[in-house]
Amino acid sequence: MITFTVNGTQRSVTSDPDTPLLYVLRDELALNGAKFGCGLGQCGACTVLVDGEALFSCITPVMLLEGRSIRTVEGLGTVDEPGPLQAAFIAEQAAQCGYCIAGMMMRAQELLERIPDPDDDDILAALEPQLCRCGTHMRVIRAVKRAAQALAQAQALAQASEGAR
Amino acid sequence: MTHAISRRDVLRGTGALVLAFSLSRHAFALTETGASETPLRGLPGSLDSTPLLDAWIRIEPNGNATVFTGKAELGQGIRTALMQVAAEELKLPIARLTLITADTGRTPNEGYTAASHSVQDSGTALRNAAAQVREILIGEAARRVGASASELSARDGVVIGPGGFHFGYGDLVSEQLLHVDAQPTSILTDPRDFTVMDRPVPRVDIPAKVTGGAAYVQDMRLPGMVHGRIVRPPSYGARLAALDAGPVETMPGVLKVVRDGAFLGVIAEKEWTAIQAMRRLAALARWDETAELPDEARLPDALMALPSRDTTILDVGQPVAPSYAVDGLFSRPYLAHGSIGPSCAIARMEGDALTVWTHTQGVYPLRNALATLLAMPQDKVRCIHAEGAGCYGQNGADDVGADAALLARAVPGRPVRVQWMREQEHAWEPFGPGMVAHLRAALGPDGSIAAWQHDVWSQSHMMRPGPPGTLLAARDIADPFPPAPPVDLPMPEGGGDRNAVPLYVLPNARAVNHFLPEMPLRGSSMRSLGGYLNIFAIESTMDDLAGLSGQDPVDFRLHHLADERARTVVTEAAERFGWKSRPKAPAGSGYGFAFARYKNLEAYCAIALEIAIDQDTGRTVIQRAVAAVDTGQVVNPDGVRNQIEGGIVQATSWTLFESVRFDRRRITSIDWASYPILRFAHVPRHIEVHIVGRPGLPFLGAGEAAQGPTGAAIANAVRDVTGRRLRTLPLDAATVRAAMTASSLPTHSPS
Amino acid sequence: MLLKRVFLSGIILVAAGGAAALAYAWRGAIPPIAPPAVTSFQPDEVLRGADLALIGDCRTCHTTAGGRTFAGGLAMPTPFGTIYSTNITPDPETGIGRWSLAAFTRAMREGVDREGRHLYPAFPYDHFSLTADADLKALYAFLMTRDPVVAEAPANDLPFPINLRLVLAGWKLLFFHPETYVPDPSRDAPWNRGRYLVEGFAHCGACHTPRNLMGAEVSSRAFAGGEAEGWAAFPLGPHSPSRIPWTEAALGDYLRQGWQADHGVALGPMRPVVENLAEAPAEDVAAMARYLASLGAPAATFPPLPAAAPDMSGARPQSAGWQAAIAAPGTGQPEGLRLFAAACASCHEAGRPLPLGGTDLALSTSLSADTPQNLLNVVLQGVPASDGQAAPIMPGFVSAMNDAALTALVAYLRQTVAGKPGWPDLPAAIAAARDAAIPSPHAGAAR
Ligand code: FES
Ligand code: FES
Repeated sequence: MITFTVNGTQRSVTSDPDTPLLYVLRDELALNGAKFGCGLGQCGACTVLVDGEALFSCITPVMLLEGRSIRTVEGLGTVDEPGPLQAAFIAEQAAQCGYCIAGMMMRAQELLERIPDPDDDDILAALEPQLCRCGTHMRVIRAVKRAAQALAQAQALAQASEGAR
Repeated sequence: MTHAISRRDVLRGTGALVLAFSLSRHAFALTETGASETPLRGLPGSLDSTPLLDAWIRIEPNGNATVFTGKAELGQGIRTALMQVAAEELKLPIARLTLITADTGRTPNEGYTAASHSVQDSGTALRNAAAQVREILIGEAARRVGASASELSARDGVVIGPGGFHFGYGDLVSEQLLHVDAQPTSILTDPRDFTVMDRPVPRVDIPAKVTGGAAYVQDMRLPGMVHGRIVRPPSYGARLAALDAGPVETMPGVLKVVRDGAFLGVIAEKEWTAIQAMRRLAALARWDETAELPDEARLPDALMALPSRDTTILDVGQPVAPSYAVDGLFSRPYLAHGSIGPSCAIARMEGDALTVWTHTQGVYPLRNALATLLAMPQDKVRCIHAEGAGCYGQNGADDVGADAALLARAVPGRPVRVQWMREQEHAWEPFGPGMVAHLRAALGPDGSIAAWQHDVWSQSHMMRPGPPGTLLAARDIADPFPPAPPVDLPMPEGGGDRNAVPLYVLPNARAVNHFLPEMPLRGSSMRSLGGYLNIFAIESTMDDLAGLSGQDPVDFRLHHLADERARTVVTEAAERFGWKSRPKAPAGSGYGFAFARYKNLEAYCAIALEIAIDQDTGRTVIQRAVAAVDTGQVVNPDGVRNQIEGGIVQATSWTLFESVRFDRRRITSIDWASYPILRFAHVPRHIEVHIVGRPGLPFLGAGEAAQGPTGAAIANAVRDVTGRRLRTLPLDAATVRAAMTASSLPTHSPS
Repeated sequence: MLLKRVFLSGIILVAAGGAAALAYAWRGAIPPIAPPAVTSFQPDEVLRGADLALIGDCRTCHTTAGGRTFAGGLAMPTPFGTIYSTNITPDPETGIGRWSLAAFTRAMREGVDREGRHLYPAFPYDHFSLTADADLKALYAFLMTRDPVVAEAPANDLPFPINLRLVLAGWKLLFFHPETYVPDPSRDAPWNRGRYLVEGFAHCGACHTPRNLMGAEVSSRAFAGGEAEGWAAFPLGPHSPSRIPWTEAALGDYLRQGWQADHGVALGPMRPVVENLAEAPAEDVAAMARYLASLGAPAATFPPLPAAAPDMSGARPQSAGWQAAIAAPGTGQPEGLRLFAAACASCHEAGRPLPLGGTDLALSTSLSADTPQNLLNVVLQGVPASDGQAAPIMPGFVSAMNDAALTALVAYLRQTVAGKPGWPDLPAAIAAARDAAIPSPHAGAAR
């Protein structure tokens, strides 16, 4: 049995320790965010965050994750209350088929936590491991920028209200 | 009641399809959607084959509407667009609509969701059906109050009249009210009064997709579901020589090893177990391989040497000239659809009935193929569309549906989910065919095109089900089905010859389609079919002719264009780009322009772009692309933009990087390492899409409008930078670098 | 830190070295010229120059990720600080557009720029000094016919007194002994050509020869192994730790195609080198292989390889998976083995041929070398996708594996797969490799 947290909730899983995280998330925990795209670490469809860092869940055996903290796109918000990154992707209509998008968003989330105000080069470099076949790239880039702005505004607001107090 | 009717229509649709597969080229106007072009009744869009209004729209007692379409969401946003159309004409808020998409148990048969026909076929049907339903509801209200229908109007799901009376739709509708055939004409909303159409309504499917909702067939988890995987042969036509499956059968968690001839599959409780069992089984199987693939390095020669069936598709004036100013052989390699999510299906056999959840583009044709494959009556097989990753044509969706069905038979009552592995999708999907086009053109003394000849060679671009032999599994089972006969899609839509007839005014021109019945590699439809290469060839040649006659490429095109809408998009793209005033490009940069009307029937699209090439690596990046597009009446402008942007990016990838690789026996490009596609580092730095609005004109599909012009515009820009005309796709870094090196040399050699 | 201190004291000594050094230190400027017209060069000379630029690997150092080729600006971390490569396009203001052939030749051979400033030996003039006049002329012709790019290189980030160019004169006095190439008449022409290229333009020793505390190559230990950008440049010739000795044919294939079945795939800073050589003239690369092979081979130090796994490459149906099914070892088994089975084996044991398949780790020099540096780099960073090129991709495990897991995996690979005693100082090596693998905040778009 391996225990870790997924989107803030502690989970104990019974899958064999050599099972890639992707199948544990999808099969055992019934989460849809991480997708199977290649199983080879080549496309990024399965990207999730582990302790804040993006990795390919399709080639990460779950035995490496004891005690660690995993985040999937489900952890960024809900349909009814989308998080800032999700809201930005919706606002930019940044999907065609959308199959690649959850992985893109986790990679973007990592970027924004590392660099809150990324420039174009930062975004291109960060997203390089992620493939999209529909050609939604332009909108993904716009959505990441929009999310960065929204986060900055939220922060400024928070600081302002802090200052006002 | 409606069920019986829709089944009758289904059968009619099927008949058309079978006919089309067996008749010769011009005997039947088949389109890629599998539907007839020849009107049966003269009704708008798909109403023509499914005329009953309540096959399309039902009003619930609470006044909400359920809308049915035979088309499927492929990531192109069709779900939202069709809801907009229906909501607009029904005068019902979009939130009160439920849309049911392709399902053989519930929706009309609209053939394949393909060829940019969806808004045109289904959108037209729904728009007219919705308008007629609205008028029927108004008429019913008028009848009840004894008023004249012209005094009443509908708004927000309510019919209102002069006396202030009002009826909710739910109050008006009764069992048989909408169970009537559509009329040939409808009272359509004036585009000036649109409140839902021609608006960037946010897509209804995106919120679930960005929050981890169950959005795809891959995400479905049915009670009792188990996981299957398939072991495919190593190459086309390989025979299973030996297999001892014992070690796999005893693996813990494995429920079953399925073996039917050379069709091999495993079923396990858990997906990871199924994958491990599949790998194990694959390692145990021994195959005799026979495939003799063409020499990849000489693919164009190999294709042109195949026996062909030739059809002259254009012949006007005197196309033969004593000499040609431009004479070039253009070619493209086989291209992979390369869906990011490998194909997936879930099948469940319950009693004598089979249900398959599938991301096929044609639930009815697949249903029919599966029924034949499994020797089941058609009405015992139900195919329900569920979204997959974007497919861009026929990927492995149909094949994996058959795989799942065969496995489901082995574990009755339990849904079996089968997803292909990456290498299976890459090696076994039906590729966009390799092609060759030979263009020759002569200029007259006035700088106009005096003669034009276009020859194109290609295998079939349409090998979808229908016939069970289109499905991989059907060829491997012990009692196999013969490979399906090759289909040469006829003009005007065409297959390999799609867009081979230029839209330009050419008094002396000939175009010949050399259809290759043999299929060296498995192929079928991929976005824009032959259009991508034919437009690449035509628009490259147009640029060369413009250069030779000393004219600006845009002026030269306009000089040869009579179609006003074509002229408008060309002018619009040029103006928005600033073509006329474009500054001299810095070293290594250049401009390209191209135009086409997809199929000569669908959207018009012109693209101007600027590229930068690194002189010493040949690395090519689009700095700026400006597209102008005319899709007739626009349903969702943001949806159109999304499609055009996506088309430009995808075609950039085709043009700069892609080719299916193979040795004399096997496909060797089996993943993203061996089949590289565009990554973010090569994303165009800027894309603008300008829509030329055509309120009130018929819908024109937009999903495949940009691919041809993008490839050609890139090639023209490469020519602008290097002075070299590159005709062999892809224009990869090594090819472009060689052109750059040649052009960087001090002396000027002719290109 | 220690390195830096020794270096500093050495420099100060030299600076005190008196008038002779000072006299040597002052070099005059060579007058600027009007940028020569492209047409003033001969096409065949330009093409020859292009080949030499490939062999010299010029674009690798003089190009940033995503930047224009030869426009410079690439940060080169050295033990002493960061040096930025210069713009060698013929832009008159920011590049070498105003450099005459004489100025160019002096820079290449003597490490002095047109204005007379000494250049840091990150620019390997200690190798280029060997190059022939005609070749420098050809390289000059090539560079001067490139597209000029306006790009100012960032200022070097070096501590005092290393930031004083003058002190470089002292360094040169101690360590820079330019020679011209003298062919060895007892050897055949390809060997001589190979030696000329390897020692000269290709500057292989710049990475593969150890450097002393002041950053100069130790000529007595030529090709005994060095370092580049945090990667080990393995010893060549008699010191090679390779599992199977290199042959001339193997070297030729490796340099030309970037991989070789008995040795693996070129990674790290070697990858751009082989990418360049892939475009260089085949005879030249073959000549380099001939010379390198003649450096000698180690006396066999390895026990014979265990019987190779049966070759599955013909039988394995690729379309059902180039990944192997690996039975999970029991929980009682060593952790390294279990990790290997779970994270590595499906690709590395699958028998898919190189370069796209996983390297046979039993043959990998990264496992048999004296340092775990390269193995750690690959495990942590992986092999990122090559932009638009068919090339191997390997996912990195930097976020996935903690130090304990990494230690167990490395121990298994080193001791069981390579059959060698464990590396000393593994924790320090892991820490260093981790630092290198963490993406830098402003990495810029990948090339
Ligand atoms: S599915 Fe994990 S990287 Fe492709
Ligand atoms: S949106 Fe379809 S793959 Fe990216």
